[in-house]
Amino acid sequence: MARAMTRHSEAQSIPVSFTLNGRLHEIEVEPHELLLDVVRDQLGLTGAKRSCDVEVCGACTLLVDGRPVSACTTLAFEVRGRSVLTIEGLAEDGKLHPLQQAFIEHGGFQCGFCTPGMILAAKALLDENPNPSEAELKHFMHGNICRCTGYKKIIESIMAAAKKMRVKA
Amino acid sequence: MLRRFRLEEPQSVAEVSELLGRFGESAKVYAGGTELLLAMKEGLVQYERLVNVKNVTGLNEITVTDGSVTIGALCTHHQLETSAALTEKLPALKKLEQNVANVRVRQVGTIGGNLCFAEPHADPGTLLIALGAKLITEKSSSKREIAAEDFFVDAYETALEADEVLTKIQVPVPAANGRSAYLKFGYLERPSVGVAIAFNLYGGVTGVKVAVGCAGPAPRRVAEAEALLEGKSKDEAERNLAQAGAVAGRAAQAISDLHGSQEYKEHIVGVLLKRAFQRALS
Repeated sequence: MARAMTRHSEAQSIPVSFTLNGRLHEIEVEPHELLLDVVRDQLGLTGAKRSCDVEVCGACTLLVDGRPVSACTTLAFEVRGRSVLTIEGLAEDGKLHPLQQAFIEHGGFQCGFCTPGMILAAKALLDENPNPSEAELKHFMHGNICRCTGYKKIIESIMAAAKKMRVKA
Repeated sequence: MLRRFRLEEPQSVAEVSELLGRFGESAKVYAGGTELLLAMKEGLVQYERLVNVKNVTGLNEITVTDGSVTIGALCTHHQLETSAALTEKLPALKKLEQNVANVRVRQVGTIGGNLCFAEPHADPGTLLIALGAKLITEKSSSKREIAAEDFFVDAYETALEADEVLTKIQVPVPAANGRSAYLKFGYLERPSVGVAIAFNLYGGVTGVKVAVGCAGPAPRRVAEAEALLEGKSKDEAERNLAQAGAVAGRAAQAISDLHGSQEYKEHIVGVLLKRAFQRALS
């Protein structure tokens, strides 16, 4: 096994053309490289956090074609031809997204470690369901863990943002 | 951190099978990766090659034909939880899928990967056994059907041969008066116990199928529990549920671990069977 591993250890390079926060990127990755490492270490966007590393906590949440994934357990080559959104790409023209604004106004974060994932997951929810019930919101957000807030203010933040976004739309 | 591996990207089932045959245990099928990559990151398993099957066409569709719902092995949990066909024909499976892990896992994890990885704490296998599902598998030049109840051999072990690929899951559409439910319970990320029941309600209950999962190494159908309910009136079946639950608890081959002691899990099987029966009736 060890020898076989060595024999195949020469790098296999996969060209990946994808959109990151609205800009086209062309990079090369090896099959085993994880999306979270590529985004944080190669592309310098450190909003997504590595925490549990087992798809449970949601701190590494990124949106791929608008849907939430755990970047810690997503192979980077999987974003070929896709559109990736990180928290850094959410504000437009220097203006915070309504979710970001609502998290500030409603105290939706304390230490902030889970916040990028929370906000991106919430965006995916509201894009799919602009007027969620509290039960629907809790079900969707169940996989994003916060150890500071006790969730109440996160739920209030998302509900407030949803309301604003509906008025705007 | 993942160790370096090579990626193969076949376009057909025959090519997948050929690659698996050629590289044997040094290669592994990769679909959603939600289970496999975790095990690889932990260093529990190691492969020289991953065979990405997601470019194989025709395996991510849900079709309704001839009294059965056919689900492509590459369908994600998200596809299943939002499928109109499941809402109409297999509501218990849809409900199960809505509650698999979390939204991110459902987004990329596939039903085929879930079944083939055979993680003991997975949900779908248990209900698919109770629904009498058949798993369709293919090799380069042959095809066969495996009943869901025969598919799970042990923890992380299935009836698949080394170069055999799960392509479809065929679930019979329950009769108009068919009832089914899957309930799970746990306090960790994965369930401690899962129980499924399916039956037809013609005055009494017939065609009863009971399956238990998560508690032991693999989901199991429990014929002895079914026999206690089969052909009984609704009231008689309800009276026998406690005994059926005790039988199912023992059949679960529950193991004591972080998810609970053996005794605790056996007790929960009984509780869930009673509730699943009521849920199926409601």
